[in-house]
Parts: sequence; structure tokens; C-alpha cells
Amino acid sequence: MSALRNPVHETRYVVNMPEAGDFDFWREQARGLVQAGVPPERVAWAEPGGDGDLFARGEGAPAPLSAAPPVRANKRFVALAKNAILHSDPERFALLYRLLWRLQRSPRIMEDKADPEIRRIEELDKNVRRDSHKMHAFVRFRLVEDDGEGGEHYVAWFEPEHHILRANAGFFVRRFANMKWAILTPAGSLHWDGEVLSEGPPAQRSDAPGGDPMEDLWRGYYASIFNPARLKIGAMLKEMPKKYWKNMPETVLIPGLVAGAQRRESDMVAAGTLEMGERPETLAAIGAAIHACRQCPIGLLGNHAVMGEGPQDAVLMIVGEQPGDQEDLAGRPFVGPAGQLLDRHLERAGIDRGTAYVTNAVKHFKYTLRGKRRLHQSPTAKEIDICRWWVESERALVQPKLVLAMGASAARVMLGKTVSISRARGVPIALEDGSELWVTAHPSYLLRLEGAAREEQARLFDADLDAVKARLEELSA
Amino acid sequence: MASQTILQKLEILADAAKYDASCASSGTAPKNSLRGKGIGSTEGMGICHAYAPDGRCISLLKILLTNHCVFDCHYCVNRKSSNTRRARFTPQEVADLTLAFYRRNYIEGLFLSSGIVKSSNHTMEQIVEVARILREEHDFRGYIHLKTIPEADPELVHQAGLYADRVSINVELPTDAGLTRLAPDKSAAQIEGAMRHVKRDIVEAKDAKKRFRHAPRFAPAGQSTQMIVGADAASDADIVGKASRLYDSFRLRRVYYSAFSPIPDASAVLPLKRPPLIREHRLYQSDWLMRFYGYQPGEVMQATGDDGNLPLDIDPKLAWALKFRDRFPVDVNRAGREQLLRVPGLGVKAVNRILASRRHRSLRLEDVGRLTVSLAKVRPFICAADWRPLTLTDRADLRALLAPRAEQFELFAA
Repeated sequence: MSALRNPVHETRYVVNMPEAGDFDFWREQARGLVQAGVPPERVAWAEPGGDGDLFARGEGAPAPLSAAPPVRANKRFVALAKNAILHSDPERFALLYRLLWRLQRSPRIMEDKADPEIRRIEELDKNVRRDSHKMHAFVRFRLVEDDGEGGEHYVAWFEPEHHILRANAGFFVRRFANMKWAILTPAGSLHWDGEVLSEGPPAQRSDAPGGDPMEDLWRGYYASIFNPARLKIGAMLKEMPKKYWKNMPETVLIPGLVAGAQRRESDMVAAGTLEMGERPETLAAIGAAIHACRQCPIGLLGNHAVMGEGPQDAVLMIVGEQPGDQEDLAGRPFVGPAGQLLDRHLERAGIDRGTAYVTNAVKHFKYTLRGKRRLHQSPTAKEIDICRWWVESERALVQPKLVLAMGASAARVMLGKTVSISRARGVPIALEDGSELWVTAHPSYLLRLEGAAREEQARLFDADLDAVKARLEELSA
Repeated sequence: MASQTILQKLEILADAAKYDASCASSGTAPKNSLRGKGIGSTEGMGICHAYAPDGRCISLLKILLTNHCVFDCHYCVNRKSSNTRRARFTPQEVADLTLAFYRRNYIEGLFLSSGIVKSSNHTMEQIVEVARILREEHDFRGYIHLKTIPEADPELVHQAGLYADRVSINVELPTDAGLTRLAPDKSAAQIEGAMRHVKRDIVEAKDAKKRFRHAPRFAPAGQSTQMIVGADAASDADIVGKASRLYDSFRLRRVYYSAFSPIPDASAVLPLKRPPLIREHRLYQSDWLMRFYGYQPGEVMQATGDDGNLPLDIDPKLAWALKFRDRFPVDVNRAGREQLLRVPGLGVKAVNRILASRRHRSLRLEDVGRLTVSLAKVRPFICAADWRPLTLTDRADLRALLAPRAEQFELFAA
């Protein structure tokens, strides 16, 4: 029996790798072993500096068998192996040798993605590429002002998971070609002086600078670009695992940002968006609700909300700006001087105010106190936009075919934007529900004018009312 | 106001920029600083230098030049009528900040946008000036994405494209009616006109590059746009239709979706509730189906429910498969790539692996399991050498079997 044994198949071999990621050395050794016909189970591969496999006692690589065929390895295998050998898994050398061994018999094995060993080499390759990618991403340089020659010098401390330092030097050289920098790691260091790349010994964290004034700005940016309305901690951790956090200046903020996020979001919702609830279903309900509305500061002025009035089936809806002093006291729209002027012009145009639904863009009287007098103040765009909720609720119930907006505030409440009265007047504007909007000046504007200017504006106002009257007749015909 | 520090301005102007979804820095022409005077490189895939707790990647310094704005778009925190804090950088300050961050490897480059101050042209000039300082004075070769202003002079937009890797113009809302109502100062025709100009410039520059080696590059990473989801009544079907028209008409690299989120000082015209974040996610998935899986826009729309919206509890590909069960099961050993790509749970990579592996062996269910992430999801829709789903594909409760459990969904949605 023993006479039949091939001595080469009996001997165990040990290869001591001089460096963790030395692909060229591995390739030389593996080629020799394959040519000598040594099967994978008889080779042990030892990490540099490690104790190696205690049971792996044996000889160095044997001489190749005479007339051995050349060793075959395809591009795909070499590409994967060059990366996989940088992995920290001690089994990687043996795995690569097993695959190389199998490749000699089945050259197309690399395409078989369902093979467990192919899956493993692809996994190692993927892990190494990911570690490299994270190194490109998470290295943080710190400025060392004085490098002895008066120039700027940047130094980073990084702890990669695999043996990837040397393989990624090129990336940093290409990116920071005109900058002096060093990357220090526990397994070695890289130094670039603007022209030459050199490798240095392993370093410690204390060898790298402890901070950089620019980090305050960077942390300020990090905190501000974060949107507390969308917390996705899992997504963050998946791409930026905690093991990298200790060397990134911005990550100290994360616990605080997460803790504050829910609270900040509820603050934002409370302060920003309106919680009006469901739309009221009757005009009476709107009338009741606007008294309690405090969505803008006007409601806090010690005034009364003034509800619109008129038939609920009105074809015409007239929108003014806001209640004035007299309207506030009376609790009815358009009863003061402007209202009286409006009544005269409506009568002249032949429009019966009693058949129209008359309301205001803003429901509360905005004023400043001058002595005992309450002086009218125009509502801001923001206040009009808030009150739009109520006007839209009224319009949804009344469903007028034609809306007459008097003045810029009324136009804004209907359109959501500020328009010029002089440009918008005289032509109908289609609204989304199929009704139409006509824009004209507010009667109080006429009251503020005198002489010829007032006559001119009164004429334009009348012309607008005449057009509305004519259109109303068309609509009801 | 004059006493605002760089940090204070940065905080205000980064905060104002965070509602922009895009942060991509991929797909531009490769360049590096080896034979240059400055710093910077772009090598294919962009790099995410950090992740914020909102799960989003931080790749670029994404800021506004200023958040002063003469426009009054309701969904925008920087609109004229909003009483948010305002700040303004000079072009030099932005360039300095970009370089300082870049040298420390915090970022891939700059994504600059701006509120409209004085005029559209003035604002666009300032944006272009930042890019000019970076490219010409500092020979910066990192990534620059400039948001361009559709109302600005086309010549200025052209300038921006010569400096930038990518330019973008936001369409803002999926429907013209929504734009008219919520962004009264913008016009859909003007936005699309500007996109058409940019497309033309990109095509012309590519063509010139083929003939003249030194022809200037024009936005080598192409143009993109962003749509706000949930601020108006547009359904997912509307949005998908709009996106596909945009891809076709303007050869966009990406359409970004941004779920309308409650912003401080929101306008009263906006809806009261934010849309579920998962809706944005489903739209991105449907985007993926069109770009990488060979689905036609009409087919994605078939996956929507009666209200025109994609289901929130399951992904659009599964929704489509459940609606068209007669197309399944698909034989993993025989079916073509297009058919395999339709199988819920099989991604592009898994399909490639299946196609490569089946040349060597007849795939069994176990083999498929090694090539995909989740066998449970795939199983009802495929046949393998040792597997046939029999009645599984036709079960009425298949959706319930495959939909993620409610509590998982909640976690994800958070």
C-alpha cells in the first residue's frame, strides 16, 4: 500500500505570508504549488507575524513537476483575488488557493454564482471594496499649521477593517495632489509631500492632531442639514456604522440630534402648519369657529370676528378686506363708510346687495391704538393666507358662480398670490371649481382719494360693477 | 445683521437648503488634480462623506447663497411672506467654505442654490461667480452642482453649465394647476423652456467633444429636477406620468421626489398633514422600475389603486405582479431577462447571477436562495428544477402573505 503512495501528495506545506495583502507573493507561491500538483488540503497559509496554524507543520513550496502545464487563472479570478487578499479573514489565502486549484479543471467556474466558494470570494471582494469606499468617505484630515517649512499640512487618523491602506493611496494622491497630507493607521501610514508618496510605520491615535477649528463649522453644517421631520436612524447606521464614529468630528452630535428630533418636529408642526381640523359643514359653524380662531395675532387684539352674511344660495359672493371699527362693533360686514359707499355703487349698477353673500378676506379687525382711536392696519400676506381657510370654507358652502374680490387682500385670499388690481381688473379669472373671479378696487380706496383721481377711480369701479352685473345676467340666463 | 458670523450664516443657509432631496455626486466626467494647481477629483461613483440621522447622505456642501427671496411659493420656507431668519453669503465666502471642507475630506463638492434677490439675472450671476472662483482661481476639480433659475438669461445658464458638473431646474409640482396655485411666480412653460435649452447645450457639447478634443465640457453629469409630493392633489399616476415625460423630453439623469414636509412658518394654503414618507419611497421604487427594469410608465400606472396612488404597504413591483398573476410563475432556468426582472424580489444583480449560473447547472430552489436576498418573496412567482408554486400563485391571500407585517412597516415608515 505504502509503495503506491505519491510522496508529493503526502507532504504538508506551509506558506508564511510576508505581508498581509501581498498578492504577488501569494501568486508566486500558489503557482508553484499548483504546478507541483499539491492539493489545497495539504497547504496551510500563515499570516505574517501571527502564530499561524499550530498544526501546520511542513515544508516550503516544492519544485514544480517537470512538464507541468502552465497555471491558468482568468481575469475575473485575478480581479477578485487582488481585492480578497486584502481582507482580514485568515482563511482568505486558502480559499484563493482552492479556487485556483479548481480553475485548472473547470475554467468557467467563476461564472457559477451559486457555488459557495465563488460566493465567498465575491463576499470578501465586496467587503474590501466597501471598506475602501468608507475610507474614501470617512477619513477626516486635520490641519497642522506649522510643518516646519511654513506650509499647511493635513493629517488624518483612520482605522480600516482590512489591509487596504496601500491600495487606496492613489485615490488620495489624485484627489489632494497639491496638498501635503498624511494618513496614519494602526497598520502603517502614508505621507504625501505634494510630489512623492512614502510609507511609514504603524501609528497611534495620539500621533494625529486632536482637532481643527474648521470642525465647528462642519458640525454646524451637519446639524443644520439634518431634517428632524424625517428620522431614519436605521438607514444612517447601515451606511455609517458606529465603528467609524470615533474618528469623525460630526458624530458627537448624533445622540442629541436624535433625542431632539421628535420634540423639534412637534414644535414645527405646532408653530408652522395649521391644525384647523375638519372643514365646518354649515355657515353657522364657521361663524362660531372664527370667534375662537387664534391662528394669527389679529385674533388676540380684543376684537370680534365678523362673519359673512347673505343667502347661502347666492350667485354672487363679494369679498372685502377685513372688518373696520364699525363692522367690529356691529358684528356685520360693510356697515361703515366704505360699506355705505359700496351700497351706493351697487345700487347704481343695479345689483341687489341683499341677494349677494358679502364677506371679508380677514375675519378680525386689525388695528393699532392711537389714543382712544383704533386705526385700521392692513393684514400681512401671511395673515391673509391663514384666513383663507375660512373664506374657502364659506365659498365651499355658498358655491357662488361669480366672486367679486375688492382690493388686493381679497384678491390674494382668492388666488393665493398678490396681484396688481389695475392689471387684473375687468376680465374674469377662472377658479378651480369652475366659477369665476372678478377683481376690482376696494371702496375704502375711493374714500381716501380726492378730486379728479377719485372721480376716475369711481368711474373704473362703476365700470367693473357694470361688467359684473352683465355677467351675472348671462350666468342666470 | 452685519454681525452674523460665518457659522451663523452657514446654519441658516444650510437649514434653508435641506428640503432639496438631491445630493448625488455621481456620473460626471472623471477628473483629478494630478497635473493641476488645486485639489479635487471625481471618479465615477460619488462618495457619501457622512450620513445624517434622517438617513440621508451628505455628499456635497448643500447651501443657498441667500435665502432672501422675492418669490412667494407656498411650499417653500424661504418665500417672501415667511418670517424665517435670513442670511446672505458672498460668492467668495461660499468658495472659501467649499475649499476648507474639501481639504479636510468632508465633502465631494458644492451644491449651490439660491433665493431670488434683486432679479433672476443678478442671482444667477452670483451663483456663476462662485463656480468661477472655484474653477478658475483655485483650479478646483471636485463636483459642482448648480441650481439654475429658469427666469434667468439663457446665456447665464449656459455659463453655469460650463463650470458645473450638473445643473438642475426644479419643476416643483407635478401638475401645472398645482404650480399656478402654489408657486404663483413661476411658470411651467418657462421651466420647461429652460430645461430644453440645457438639454440642447448638453447634446451640442457632447457632439463637439467627439470632434474636438479640447471642446469645453457642458454639465457632464447632465441635468436633474425635483418634484414636491403631497403638497397638491396630484396622484402617483400623475406623478409617474409627469416624470416619464420629463425623462423623455429632456433626457434627465434623475427626477427627485421630495415628500412635502412640515416646514416652519408654512403657508395656510398647504395641506395640514404631511404625506407618509413611504409614499416618496414608493415613487422612487417606481422610478427604478422604469429606469432599470424595463417597465413602461403605463405599466407602473397599472400598479396604482383606484385613487391613482401606489399601495403604501407593498412595493410597486409586487403590486404589479399581484395584479397580473397570469404572467407567473416564471421559470428561472428558461425565462428571459425581461421576464426575470418582473419577479418580485429579484433585483438586477440577482437576475444577472441567475443568467450566469444557469449555464452551469439547472437551478434548484436552494440555488436561487443563494442568489437572492429573500426566497420567501420570490418563491410564489418562480419555477425551479425542484420547485413549482402550484396553487400558491393563485391564492387570494397572497398579498397578505407577502406584505410586511404592520409593526415592521411602522418601524420602516418612521
